[in-house]
Amino acid sequence: MSVFQIDFGSPDSGQESAPPRVVGIDLGTTNSLVAFLDLTAPKVIPGPDGSALVPSVVSFPAGAEPVVGAAAQRALLTDPANTVYSAKRLMGRGAADVAGELALLPFPVAPGSESVIRLAVGGREVTPPEVGAYILRQLKQNAEAFLGEPVTQAVITVPAYFDDAQRQATKDAGRIAGLEVLRLVNEPTAAALAYGLDKRQNGTIAVYDFGGGTFDVSILKLQEGLFEVLATHGDTHLGGDDIDNLLLRVALEDIASEWGADLSGNHEALQRLRRAIIDAKHELSTRPVTTIAFDDGGREYRRQLPREVFDQLITPIIDRTLASCRSCLGDAGLTPAAIDEVVLVGGSTRIPLVRQAVRALFEAEPHTELNPDEVVALGAAVQAGILAGTVEDQLLLDVTPLSLGIETMGGVVSKLILRNSTIPASATEQFTTAVDGQRNVLIHVLQGERELAKDCRSLARFDLKDLDPVMAGMARIEVRFLIDANGILRVSAKDLRTGKEQAVEIKPSYGLTDEQVEAMILESFDKAEEDFKERQVRETRVEADRILAAVEKAKQDDAWFALPPDERAGIDRAINELLLSYHGDDYVLMQQKMEALDHASRGLAEAMMNSAVRGALKGTKIE
Amino acid sequence: MRDLLYGMSSLPSDYFAVFGIPVTLALDLPEIQRRFYVLSKQYHPDRFGRASAAEQQYALDFTSLLNDAWRVLRDPQARAEYVLKNNGLEAGDSRGNPPPAELLEEVFELNMALEELRQGEAEARGPIGEALNRFLALREAIDTEREELFLRYDAHRQAETLQQLRALLNRRRYIENLVRDAQQALS
Repeated sequence: MSVFQIDFGSPDSGQESAPPRVVGIDLGTTNSLVAFLDLTAPKVIPGPDGSALVPSVVSFPAGAEPVVGAAAQRALLTDPANTVYSAKRLMGRGAADVAGELALLPFPVAPGSESVIRLAVGGREVTPPEVGAYILRQLKQNAEAFLGEPVTQAVITVPAYFDDAQRQATKDAGRIAGLEVLRLVNEPTAAALAYGLDKRQNGTIAVYDFGGGTFDVSILKLQEGLFEVLATHGDTHLGGDDIDNLLLRVALEDIASEWGADLSGNHEALQRLRRAIIDAKHELSTRPVTTIAFDDGGREYRRQLPREVFDQLITPIIDRTLASCRSCLGDAGLTPAAIDEVVLVGGSTRIPLVRQAVRALFEAEPHTELNPDEVVALGAAVQAGILAGTVEDQLLLDVTPLSLGIETMGGVVSKLILRNSTIPASATEQFTTAVDGQRNVLIHVLQGERELAKDCRSLARFDLKDLDPVMAGMARIEVRFLIDANGILRVSAKDLRTGKEQAVEIKPSYGLTDEQVEAMILESFDKAEEDFKERQVRETRVEADRILAAVEKAKQDDAWFALPPDERAGIDRAINELLLSYHGDDYVLMQQKMEALDHASRGLAEAMMNSAVRGALKGTKIE
Repeated sequence: MRDLLYGMSSLPSDYFAVFGIPVTLALDLPEIQRRFYVLSKQYHPDRFGRASAAEQQYALDFTSLLNDAWRVLRDPQARAEYVLKNNGLEAGDSRGNPPPAELLEEVFELNMALEELRQGEAEARGPIGEALNRFLALREAIDTEREELFLRYDAHRQAETLQQLRALLNRRRYIENLVRDAQQALS
């Protein structure tokens, strides 16, 4: 609005509207962030509280709207049974996959969680993608408020070692949140992109990404803006959470022997104890000794924890990450000496023992210039810029972390696309029928490195339907398996005898069906629409207040009294109309009335400006 | 860069055509790698984030073909098998086949030593190590021969050369399995 400013034409008039901005999002186990590409440098976007880190916690209070982020983190202590954290570890998983973990979580799992985990919180059931969607929606709102424009497209990062179902679940979360996910980018690769921006050197780098819930290592070759991943390895269930759980078990045993009380069923006490442990862990990153301090019902638990003891406790966990690193080096066909640079990502890399172990393994001083909490989101913003066409001198060539295969006779897996293949990658396979007149063929697709189907991760069953009934062995169906740039499988089939496209029905082994996601989108869309409207109304009122105050002030000026009476009447009429629309919820009407007032008061603004200029000249002495 | 896509509705017909070269067994790999990077920069789906659905699909199809092609052509064994397959000469499965006659004795001795090691006889490591060295030398000789056949085929394109190549590849695969078994046993 341009009241009382000389208007040289508004900046967006007469110009083609810019394409929508693509943001980069790090949807983390512990914290999430959104970043954007500002001219050429990526920047993280702060939320209303000034912090860019949004805790990945969603609370579902019974009978009230869900709460996200820092507020939900407080609810971890006051309402633990209805507050979900670390949902990322449940993404794309079934209850059996995470049975050990679920036992430690304070929120109950509903029946029917075999292929998608359903958490029973706040008198309802939510799936991990929906929890993710609440966090994404919060980041979307933060970005919209900061950028002052709608945000509908995003790049979201995932652990490099995420399988197809976990990737799909992340994409679903984006869709439910009203975001078009243009690309899923692997977190270590994103971190390399963020570093590559300032460095622009050629060489081989290792990215060691140890976060709240997942561990990844990737080895990349950098040359002339091309980031080529040579190999990646990891564990989607290894992170700071495991260190917390380890210390939690120790503390629970201590407490059981000191107090003779088992706290493991007391969710509220358990959450407070977990918090005390996390605080102690963080303190050990900068101090040689800390104390775990916890009180419950007048009883005190104090345990000194020297760093040496902590290091000893976590050594098995660190060793698992180092074994991953060695496998990755082997897959890349490299020795540690071939690594020029090492980049550290994720909060758990603040642990001194981790830094020491990484330095020793790769024989290189790790990079820590960028904030390990922010570097992934920054890289996602760079990738968003690449997709939007604003970054043209960089490109990522990533790989698939797991081999893709199909089940053959005897439950043996026949591998079609090997792990560490550059994506997109494809393979074709011919199928035929075993009996006369057979009308369909079922193909079981799996991911993993093991020989037997039962040891690999079931991805989906593809049903080639409505085949022409022919003699056994006469059918010739060519199936194409394609892993796209997101690391997600696409399947198509062709009948080679007729050359026609063959119908394929997909039955995913884990995750939501398309229909379920659609239903969730519809449900959230209604709400999102309301939320958006409410925000717009509030923001427009603030704007109207500003204009009304400015006009009221101007009415005290000499220029007002110098105006022709009909112009003054016109301004008063416009003020009244704006006031009439002020308490309604039609923010578009309010904006129109604001513009009308702006237009009506243009003469007044100019008159005031002229008198201000005259006043200024009068007051200036020419020497 | 998008202009390149117009009029290119069909994909290259084979892995060599992707790089704009005729079928060649003795490849200049550094040159192919250079082309791989240039083509990646042009056609990668990330370059078409704002393009039409049809262009995005083409970029996806082309790039997956490009990646598949580079993965196969960079590996001499896979490259040769690919050329054989396109000439109707599927490689046999060497696992089920009897060992090549000249290797019979060697294979027998290796299997004996492997079995002894499994029984816990650590001194069997010595003979396994010696056998491994012989197989590695054999593999090197085969690779030299393979390179000669590559050049001969490129120069004369004779079906007979492909037949010889096929027999050589089968032998190499057989030895490769022995090398792997021995290395696994020793590690």
